[in-house]
Amino acid sequence: MVSIWFFIGISLAVNGALILAAGIYQLVDPPLNPGVVLYNLHANVWWGAALLLFGLIYCFKFAPRRGA
Amino acid sequence: MTLLPAFVLPTRLVHLSPVDVVIVVFYFALVLAIGWYLKGRANTGEDFFMAGREMTAWVAGLSFLSANLGALELMGWAGSAYQYGILATHWYWIGAIPAMLFLALVMMPFYYISKTHSVPGYLRLRFGEPSRVLSAVSFAFMTVLMSGVNMFAMAKVMQIVLGWDINFSIWVSSLTVAIYVTLGGLRSAIFNEVLQFFLIWAGALLIPILGLYEAGGWSNLKLQIAERASDQYVHLWSGLGSFSHNPMGIHWTGIVFGLGAVISMGYWTTDFLVVQRILAAKDIRSAEMAPIIGAGFKMLVPIIVILPGLLGLAVLPEKLVPESIAAVTGAHSYNDVLPLMLARYCGPGLLGLGVTALIAGFMSGMAGNVSAFTTVWTYDIYRPLIYAKGSDHHYVNMGRWTTVIGVLISVGTAYLVMQFASIMDYVQALFSFFIAPLFGTVVLGMLWKRATGPGGFWGLLCGTLSSVGMWAWVKVDPLALRYVALSPDAKGLAQDMYQALWSFIVCVAVTVTVSLATEPAPDGQLTGLVYGMTEIPLVGDVPLYEKPLFWAAVVTVVFFILNIIFW
Repeated sequence: MVSIWFFIGISLAVNGALILAAGIYQLVDPPLNPGVVLYNLHANVWWGAALLLFGLIYCFKFAPRRGA
Repeated sequence: MTLLPAFVLPTRLVHLSPVDVVIVVFYFALVLAIGWYLKGRANTGEDFFMAGREMTAWVAGLSFLSANLGALELMGWAGSAYQYGILATHWYWIGAIPAMLFLALVMMPFYYISKTHSVPGYLRLRFGEPSRVLSAVSFAFMTVLMSGVNMFAMAKVMQIVLGWDINFSIWVSSLTVAIYVTLGGLRSAIFNEVLQFFLIWAGALLIPILGLYEAGGWSNLKLQIAERASDQYVHLWSGLGSFSHNPMGIHWTGIVFGLGAVISMGYWTTDFLVVQRILAAKDIRSAEMAPIIGAGFKMLVPIIVILPGLLGLAVLPEKLVPESIAAVTGAHSYNDVLPLMLARYCGPGLLGLGVTALIAGFMSGMAGNVSAFTTVWTYDIYRPLIYAKGSDHHYVNMGRWTTVIGVLISVGTAYLVMQFASIMDYVQALFSFFIAPLFGTVVLGMLWKRATGPGGFWGLLCGTLSSVGMWAWVKVDPLALRYVALSPDAKGLAQDMYQALWSFIVCVAVTVTVSLATEPAPDGQLTGLVYGMTEIPLVGDVPLYEKPLFWAAVVTVVFFILNIIFW
């Protein structure tokens, strides 16, 4: 059976990738009015990257193995 | 001009970007995929109702905590932190940790050894059919009603925060829950609860991190709160010597004895919604470790719930108001503090994750209610009272149908609440009537072998009726609060604490009196059910760091240190 941790890895990796992509897009094309406080910290870039990394580690570690 | 879908209203707290919408849609797709994947593993009663009793300590422990970590819990307690300050943390520390450890070390062995499917099932083994039926019927009835009340409240939140139509929120979320629980049973509910746990932390942890950065650290935050509210907003215990010296209007005896010793013990050790997750553990060590793991993480939850409320006091430019004033003036209420902080710091993508965390919290809470209702209905009401000769396959089918029907009753309740808002207050009050007396009955049953069947039944009934009586007394004459809660300065929350304490005492007194006046059960009937009559299985020859007792001691030490730090 596929481990629950694998599903969690998928969830975090996909969400992390989407958030990171949105953050990078804002870095490349900064909005005139960011609409959030502390925009200069670019939280969606580093938080998205952290989630992506964490998710990929879980996906790799708990991936269903052939014959397992 | 922005074109909005038909289900989105123009007035709302936050605006989702396309990437936020993709994140929300991805969540719905993933939970349905998990349910679909697990549908082949829910063919027997043990699989469907008890997740095959094969959950590890981590999965059972996180799911145990997650079933309680609903969206309304997050938003409500963040609002309470804004309103009452750090005192709200008591509901996470003294109002949870001792009870979780008590469940792990004292009560879980009896639940586990008896191989019961439910808490009412344990009452049947210990006290007989009348106690089981009383407990099962009240639990089943209240669970679906509470589920409906929560559904309506969440739909209302989605309307305010995202501008979503209430009907859209109710039907999309309830149908999704109905599909994945019907397909995969308890295992599907547990898997999704663990997923939700991670999403909540991923979506909510950024708020305290960025908030503390903006406020200039904890010391500066305390100074700002003292300026804008009061110094007492950042002290856990120092203002509890008097009802009038703290924002909550409560005395330390209410917190320690009402909340810590009765309400939280009742909720965490006998509410089947949370206990069911532990019963699905694969062995006795996992069953004992699961609540301890839950307790460890429970101590951290104030970081994502209480801290945002306190930060809101310091950094939000506007002053939030009670719900009743917000409804008239259009200002934001205390309960809006978490979405406001989310909107303050979270840009595209992060906002979607935060909203997903709220939706996930709501859906897994509902799945928890529905799966617990399904088990109690099938095993404790339908099988003993309606049709006892069915096959295992028959009861699994009944479980699937009950899941759908339970969701539909919840939806019906949500619409009823929409028409008659006062029902919400009554249902929430009703639920609290059963918790404290039930704890008295179960704990006496486990620890005192002289307790008899009639004693258990009458204690439970009288304790519940006394709770209803006190609530009705205060409802009819609000001045009666000074007698129930021991002070004219007491406020609503203090009433809950003392009402629970008195009903617990009534339950215990009646149980003891009736038990001593009735014939004791033969020892042979009590084996595996009562302390002193049961050989508690050892967790095995494992290293110290794998022993539940060791980790319970670690959690206890951390618990005391935290309370002293924030005294």
